[in-house]
Amino acid sequence: MANFFTDNPDLKFHLHHPLMKKIVTLKERNFADKDKYDYAPVDFEDTMDSYEKVLEVVGEICGEIIAPNAEKIDQEGPRVENDRVIYAKGTEENLETIRKAGLMGITLPRKYGGLNFSVVPYTMAADMVSRADAAFVNIWGLQDCAETIHEFASEEQKDKYLPRFCNGETGSMALTEPDAGSDLQSVMLKATYDEEKDQWYLNGVKRFITNGDGDISLVLARSEEGTKDGRGLSMFIYDNKAHKSIKIRRIEHKLGIIGSPTCEIVYRNVPAELVGSRRLGLIRYVMSLMNGARLGIAAQSVGIAEAAWREAYEYAKERRQFGRPIIEFPAVYEMLSEMKAKLDATRSLLYETARFVDVYKAYFHISNERQLDKEERAEMKHYQLLADAYTPLAKGIASEACNRIAYDALQIHGGSGFMKDYPIERIYRDARITSIYEGTTQLQVVAALTGLAKGTYLKQIREYEETPVKPELHTYRRTLVAMTEEFEQANQKVHDTEDKEFIDFHGRRLVEMVGNIIMGYLLLLDTNREPSYWKSLEVFLRKARAENKAHADFIALSSLNDLGRFKQQEEETPEEEEG
Amino acid sequence: MKNKSYRIIVLAKQVPDTRNVGKDAMKADGTVNRAALPAIFNPEDLNALEQALRIKDRFPGSRVTLLTMGPPRAAEIIREGLYRGADDGVLLTDRAFAGSDTLATSYALSRAIMKMGDFDLIFAGRQAIDGDTAQVGPQVAEKLDIAQVTYAEEVLEIKKGKVTIKRRLEKGVEIVEAPLPLLITVTGSAPACRPRNAKLIMKYKRATTLSERQNISEDYISIYDDRPWLNLPEWNVADIDADPSQLGLSGSPTKVKKIENVVFQAKEAKVLQPTDEDINWLMKELINNHTLG
Repeated sequence: MANFFTDNPDLKFHLHHPLMKKIVTLKERNFADKDKYDYAPVDFEDTMDSYEKVLEVVGEICGEIIAPNAEKIDQEGPRVENDRVIYAKGTEENLETIRKAGLMGITLPRKYGGLNFSVVPYTMAADMVSRADAAFVNIWGLQDCAETIHEFASEEQKDKYLPRFCNGETGSMALTEPDAGSDLQSVMLKATYDEEKDQWYLNGVKRFITNGDGDISLVLARSEEGTKDGRGLSMFIYDNKAHKSIKIRRIEHKLGIIGSPTCEIVYRNVPAELVGSRRLGLIRYVMSLMNGARLGIAAQSVGIAEAAWREAYEYAKERRQFGRPIIEFPAVYEMLSEMKAKLDATRSLLYETARFVDVYKAYFHISNERQLDKEERAEMKHYQLLADAYTPLAKGIASEACNRIAYDALQIHGGSGFMKDYPIERIYRDARITSIYEGTTQLQVVAALTGLAKGTYLKQIREYEETPVKPELHTYRRTLVAMTEEFEQANQKVHDTEDKEFIDFHGRRLVEMVGNIIMGYLLLLDTNREPSYWKSLEVFLRKARAENKAHADFIALSSLNDLGRFKQQEEETPEEEEG
Repeated sequence: MKNKSYRIIVLAKQVPDTRNVGKDAMKADGTVNRAALPAIFNPEDLNALEQALRIKDRFPGSRVTLLTMGPPRAAEIIREGLYRGADDGVLLTDRAFAGSDTLATSYALSRAIMKMGDFDLIFAGRQAIDGDTAQVGPQVAEKLDIAQVTYAEEVLEIKKGKVTIKRRLEKGVEIVEAPLPLLITVTGSAPACRPRNAKLIMKYKRATTLSERQNISEDYISIYDDRPWLNLPEWNVADIDADPSQLGLSGSPTKVKKIENVVFQAKEAKVLQPTDEDINWLMKELINNHTLG
């Protein structure tokens, strides 16, 4: 009886972080629902107990149903018939089980039929589902769309759509188009308002849309004729279950996450409802939607990394060469220890981010119910800054680590890993997308540079530094303090140039350095709370210190004049232009 | 027209998980070492529960009640049922039930069912994985004097007081019809039971019997007054108005003579045909090795 919650003590450890008391009290509005709903908790301990019990069910479904279905789903994949998506058989079974277990609409308020869970346990569920099947988590995780409707749609729209999510209808986020990938400002899908019918209509094409034939979709479209940038875009809800008026032209043939249908969608006079205000589609709503989705990809990355690590660890213990299990060879055990340290570090970063998002979101929703007092407003602002800074950091770093872990896990399998005989082959393919979609690592770096410029990371690093830890951990803290100084010098040097291109050029290095310091502190605090993380802390810090030193060295020897050496294409000069 | 609804009872048993037997599963005296095996919901009883819940899905307003007999900790079976969608449940527990064989068990269960009053359908698993007798279901039907269908895989239809059922037999399937009220035993090849539901877990996680409540923390005592569904009824011999001589060891004609560890070997198998000749041979064989008599 495999259970992905009970077999992984790291989850319970992160669930019981000290900040949860604040998060739960805010999310439950001091347990105001307790007399209104028979499943509402009566106090903090009761809430945590419910989180655990429900996560145990998620763990059981992941271990008993979703993980065993993953291989067949990967082979079968979804298909298009008569312009509609047909899921693989196993996907249908997974969805049916998830629905019956009531695991859709997890974070939505009880009045819509949701569980009113905070972001941390929801992220934990995503972590487990991703370990079980990285393709299925995309379909399940699109319940994030409901969160955007909950935040920005009208009361009427919330009453109409949110209960449907809770009853198990699926979502999709239709943003990308053939000519608008990373650059969403150039979205062209046209939204026109028919005054006579008092109705919006959509026309155009969307591409690369995950679960594009889902029941309820959020669509980004150009509502302001003649505009060309992000300020002409608005957000719409399209009710696919009611209208069935889109056409799925094709689904992509992909390297990985094959069970997740990636659709090309044709809209011809498709009726839709405006969400919130016109012109705020990209600049306000998509940003929120994307932040939720990015946290989701960070969870997916950690879940995939967990699966990869376990496959590699089991294989290395069993596989014998030269008369010994291969785990006894330094080349192999070093790989394994680094994988485990990275896994623990990125998971810690994931849940730190989820907690920041949790506090911010709780205040955001409370602010829609009543006026916040001065102190609450300051707190909301504080956590919003942290959430905004940590989300791209977590997504970028966790997805890159996930790829590295999957790569090494396959490497440990040797030739067998290259064959379809072991799950690692699928896991390796599934990992690849995490550092691409919902914004590539390169774009996460750009977003993280904002957090760097605002000083958000450094301020938080000071907080970590001042948190008391046991005497035996002081030596690790000294290492981190030194790494922080080294980083500040490098950062200073890059930013002193005030040259945008130079800052962007070193962006990834700076963000990786700050990420290493933050993860180092998080592992330090984890070890302070649970000594068994000591090994991961030790391994992680040794590797991180060396990485940061290399980055610092590179930056120290770099100057504005060097950039040209890295350009493969000659810069065009007006004189050379023809005509 | 208003849909008819049904009153359904599901018989369920808490059993040691004999599917994952380790070397310490049996004690030196040949009895089951219950401490070494986790207590679980008898697997085929879960198939039975699913059939009952499907009828409730199809006929809203139907009511599914679990009935289980066992030690106080068997209340866990009722909670497991509530998490999956049962409406309520009763734990039949009394020291006087200890040592009951299938005859005494079916007597106690039938008394409890009579106390519950009207019912349309009783579901039970085909057999429990600890005793493997498959006798309790049929004996309960006999004692209640109602029809029974065994080895059911799916309830196909309920109409005008009649139930159409697909049975899974050794060499194929059989579709049969039987009148209500009816007892149905369900095989492991029937659809698996639905998962525990998140909201129901949160609703019922503190559902306990009075005896379990002796040991819980004071913090939550008051919620049992505010949330009546958290009180799981516990019935003893007096509650079901049973004759003590038909219960427990005194009501159990089955005597365990000896328990041996047997390693099965394929060459020991013998296929018998359903002829008088072969059955006579089997009876003689069973009497000779003292399995019978």
